[in-house]
Amino acid sequence: MRIFDPHIHMTSRTTDDYEALHAAGVRAVVEPSFWLGQPRTSPDSFRDYFDALLGWEPFRAAQYGIAHHCTIALNPKEANDPRCTPVLDELPRYLVKDRVVAVGEIGYDSMTPAEDTALAAQLQLAADHGLPALVHTPHRDKLAGLRRTLDVVRESALPTDRVLVDHLNETTVKEAKDSGAWLGFSVYPDTKMDEVRMVALLRAHGPERVLVNSAADWGRSDPLTPRKVGDLMLAEGFTEDDVDRVLWRNPIDFYGLSGRLTLDPAGTGEATHEGNSILRGGE
Amino acid sequence: MTHPDATPTTPDAAPTTPDAAPTTPAPDGTPTDGVTPAPRDPLGTGTTPAHLPPDALRTALAERLTPAARTWLDHALDEAATHPGTHGPIAVWELRLAEAGRRCGPDHADAARVLILHAARADADALTRAYQQGTADERRAVLHALPHLVPGPGALPLVEDALRTNDTRLVAAAVGPYAARHLDAHSWRHALLKCLFTGVPVDHAADLARRARADTELARMLTDYAAERTAAGRTVPEDLHRVLALTESGTAASGPAAPHAEES
Repeated sequence: MRIFDPHIHMTSRTTDDYEALHAAGVRAVVEPSFWLGQPRTSPDSFRDYFDALLGWEPFRAAQYGIAHHCTIALNPKEANDPRCTPVLDELPRYLVKDRVVAVGEIGYDSMTPAEDTALAAQLQLAADHGLPALVHTPHRDKLAGLRRTLDVVRESALPTDRVLVDHLNETTVKEAKDSGAWLGFSVYPDTKMDEVRMVALLRAHGPERVLVNSAADWGRSDPLTPRKVGDLMLAEGFTEDDVDRVLWRNPIDFYGLSGRLTLDPAGTGEATHEGNSILRGGE
Repeated sequence: MTHPDATPTTPDAAPTTPDAAPTTPAPDGTPTDGVTPAPRDPLGTGTTPAHLPPDALRTALAERLTPAARTWLDHALDEAATHPGTHGPIAVWELRLAEAGRRCGPDHADAARVLILHAARADADALTRAYQQGTADERRAVLHALPHLVPGPGALPLVEDALRTNDTRLVAAAVGPYAARHLDAHSWRHALLKCLFTGVPVDHAADLARRARADTELARMLTDYAAERTAAGRTVPEDLHRVLALTESGTAASGPAAPHAEES
């Protein structure tokens, strides 16, 4: 079973986790920029964080045969902190980098005017840089948050089919699917989806445009939940092709929209020749 | 365009497979017993882009790029030559530096980036900015470009920064010809010891034989390190014995080389 985790915060995980991910079949990950659990106080902290996502993490991942990519953004929570918002002006120079495959995580946390501004500005940045966008839906007041998110997306220069709406669940899946966006589900203990409910949703709504992620971070989370979903899908009668579509090909199709997906682990030059390992989706 | 320091590295690159044993050093810098990758040689020239004069580098690279990548690189080099400098938030050559990996492919990104830096005639200040604002891949390319672009020791802080990391790709690039030429004896010995610690093949260290020759302090450090490994029941890296043998001959030349003229 080959797995591409389209949303995992490896900077919060130990190197042991990379080993476990590889053993479970994970060969590619996308690490979205987000909050660190501890508030940042200046754009400098963002710069160090982005540098880690573009340097140290791809290196660590490559040691375990895992191709690491990232998404860059000012996250919704810190979009409310005037000490942090100046980082918006620095995003363009990061959005041109290799291995940056989307703008994200953007979206809503508390649905404030500051979040409106940051979301709209960053959807425009995605359109300007030929990148898709990873949009987080809020933990609180999720359905209203999804509707407001989709409204802002429709008003933006970024087509909805270049947007992945994440952290969906039973109450938000239908409207998200009807919008034409890509559908992300985080299988994360207690607060988000679990394996059993995920497989039921796949049965009800099909595997089209569905991505399953662990969203593993510094919280009480499990980086191996995508594998558990794949195992349960097979046990419940889904085909290996269905599993491959959800856990491998759908993430490649979505992030491939950037034209920057490289499934060769960073800098190792492994298994590449004549650029054949470079997937230039959308070109 | 002469290159007195061209010390070809081993040409028989043996890429590891995605399933290869991990080589990440532990956070405390203790060595691992994983597979040590041989120096990569995507250009088939037996050297890294730090060792090859830019004209030869461009020829070797052009032969291996796809037609689309070659066209892109030619255009990028023309732009860099026409619009050098670091005006504005981001210069056009800095944009090309950022996207070289996806345009030329990961195997050829280092060489393409070194050529872009060379075409832009980047000086120590411009290289410092490119390094500080760069991804790990861009930083590696800046390190490879140093011997071609910086005649004096002004860019040593970049080498020292790379040597502080635990990213073995940066460590390997940091011990190239520029470090061989300018790093003081103490820092150079520690760089070499770090290669042994982190599994970077010492073939990456430029001018190794000259700098190690009759270096009794390096010999002491190597011997102590071997004793520490042995006491812990661990193997002693084969490279350690190689360097130790190099310290045992000739007369001392352990300091930086005499300053060289800019090469290109």
